[in-house]
Amino acid sequence: MADPLLEARGIGKSYGHVEVLRGADFSVARGEVTALIGDNGAGKSTLVKILSGALSPDAGEIRLAGERVAFGSPEDAHGMGIETVYQDLALAPELGSAENVFAGRELLKPGILGRLGVLDRRTMRDRARRAFAEMGTDVKDIEAPVAALSGGQRQSVAICRSVLWADKVVFMDEPTAALGVRQTGKVLELIRRVADRGIAVVLISHNMPEVLQVADRVQVLRLGRRVAEFAAAGTTVEQLVGAMTGALEGNAA
Amino acid sequence: MTEIPAQAPPAGAADDADKAPTAGARSGAGGASDTGGVDGTGGGALRIVHRSPLRKFLSSSPAYMGLVLLLLVLLFSALRPEAFPTTATGRNISLDISVLLVMAVGMTYVMVAGGFDLSIGSVLVFSGVVMAKTMSALGGDGALVVVAGMAAAVLAGVAWGLVNGLCITVLKVPALITTLGTMGAALGASQLLTGGNDVTTVPDALLTITTSRPLGFSWLVYVAALVAVAGGLVLAFTRFGRHTYLVGSNEESARRAGINVGRHLVRLYAISGGLAGVAGAMSLTRFATTTISGHATDALQVITGVVLGGTSLYGGIGTVLGTVVGIFIPAVLQNGFVVTHVQPYWQQVVIGFVLIAAVYVDHLKRARRDRS
Ligand SMILES: Nc1ncnc2c1ncn2[C@@H]1O[C@H](COP(=O)(O)OP(=O)(O)OP(=O)(O)O)[C@@H](O)[C@H]1O
Ligand SMILES: [Mg+2]
Repeated sequence: MADPLLEARGIGKSYGHVEVLRGADFSVARGEVTALIGDNGAGKSTLVKILSGALSPDAGEIRLAGERVAFGSPEDAHGMGIETVYQDLALAPELGSAENVFAGRELLKPGILGRLGVLDRRTMRDRARRAFAEMGTDVKDIEAPVAALSGGQRQSVAICRSVLWADKVVFMDEPTAALGVRQTGKVLELIRRVADRGIAVVLISHNMPEVLQVADRVQVLRLGRRVAEFAAAGTTVEQLVGAMTGALEGNAA
Repeated sequence: MTEIPAQAPPAGAADDADKAPTAGARSGAGGASDTGGVDGTGGGALRIVHRSPLRKFLSSSPAYMGLVLLLLVLLFSALRPEAFPTTATGRNISLDISVLLVMAVGMTYVMVAGGFDLSIGSVLVFSGVVMAKTMSALGGDGALVVVAGMAAAVLAGVAWGLVNGLCITVLKVPALITTLGTMGAALGASQLLTGGNDVTTVPDALLTITTSRPLGFSWLVYVAALVAVAGGLVLAFTRFGRHTYLVGSNEESARRAGINVGRHLVRLYAISGGLAGVAGAMSLTRFATTTISGHATDALQVITGVVLGGTSLYGGIGTVLGTVVGIFIPAVLQNGFVVTHVQPYWQQVVIGFVLIAAVYVDHLKRARRDRS
């Protein structure tokens, strides 16, 4: 594996008496899609929340490009180039795609108008349109309310939003869970393109063939620990499932 | 191990490849936009369609309702050409709506953010009482006394708005209940302050404002116009306005986008209360009495106008321009019925059903839009 961009060691997290993460390790490299898999309740979402600043860990350390970091909030992580595509997308359905992309980070007009809080809509729209085009997404009308888009298009908007703001790491929690075959294919292409831009992508998924199709490497979480790491090439679904369920303890990579 | 937890795609999942560009247009934060398309790069045949701002506007609720308003004006003008399309009618209607319109601008903000404010009528009364009491406490007939009274009215309104906002955001009491509570409380407090009797003594300087009509229109009309224009511009073109739409559209998304949702909502309720305070000062200026018992249905009239103008009950959609149109429609109907000798009681009947129809149409549009 290339030098890890984001690396977590010995992350521990408990909810009351329930120990959800027990010294979990995790690492992702620039330009790679790293899949994070594990059975329901293995702690995947919890780990991602910790690595994206939404939760603070009880134990362990996080390093970004070798430097030790601590996130007090998701905004801290945003400031360091780390974004998350949440499972529920968190889009505003009434607003357009461009408006969603710039939600909370609106650009203001230069000069006195900007000081009065006047939005620079044209620039925001142009930048959003360029980002959608660069990412090859099929959002046709960036002013149509997001609610009018298909599930796949909505997912694309959410992914493009995170990519526009992340220059280091993007976490995606089950981005294809609600999509049909064709839309899943498009979103997977998009995920691949995000990684090709040099961003480290972390993909949580329960769909093993999909994981093997799009990921460069796979890390398996079980009972709050990383139990296996695979290079996707040459790995089989059976191996992944074996590691997830504990039938096969191993470190194939 | 043969069991593979690979997910099958959900049955009947829609395929969007052949979907036409969406036609469901909405009022949203309408405004200028350029036209043009971008050809795709990298992702196959990508077309980004751009609806012209004119087409977008024409399919929005304010435009429909504006058309209804225009037709009403033309209808009454045709029926009574000598009585309806006169400056006197224009003056009456604009004066009638000015107080409601000021409150409706605040209500538009609150409702776009997904909230609700039933208290404005009572806050209007309370602010008027505070203004009258302040002026009589200061004594004298000077302009400065009036200015102090008006400031007190606005502050009193803001204070009620802050109470509303804090109860809703900090104590998490639903907006409907909170503002129902303050609706009663503000009216009761007004009656406590006055012993239940209207205050009818106001300084001469205020009466001067009442009787002066620059360019034929009352000062109240100018104040209402100013509030509407400023409110409309801020909602449509500023970051504050955009955050208002975001909060109303998806609170969680706004929160994750780093917006302080609670603080924003408190500000909106404070604005709504403050504008009700302005309305209180306007009402006292117009009638030279506090009209304690005359505002029980103000909030409902305002909400009717705001909803007629296309603001969604679920938040995230609405414009001040629509609200202006929505406030005008009942007033035009009322005046039109008077000049055409239709019993004016019909106005309430008609508006009631128009309101229901407007929300039904909104619902249909929503359902069509959310088909995916
Ligand atoms: N806020 C919370 N309070 C208490 N327990 C929690 C909380 N959040 C998660 N848990 C528990 O932590 C465990 C791990 O949850 P997590 O969501 O990280 O799993 P996951 O691997 O993402 O599972 P899934 O595949 O179902 O999404 C679960 O047993 C869950 O019940
Ligand atoms: Mg999860």
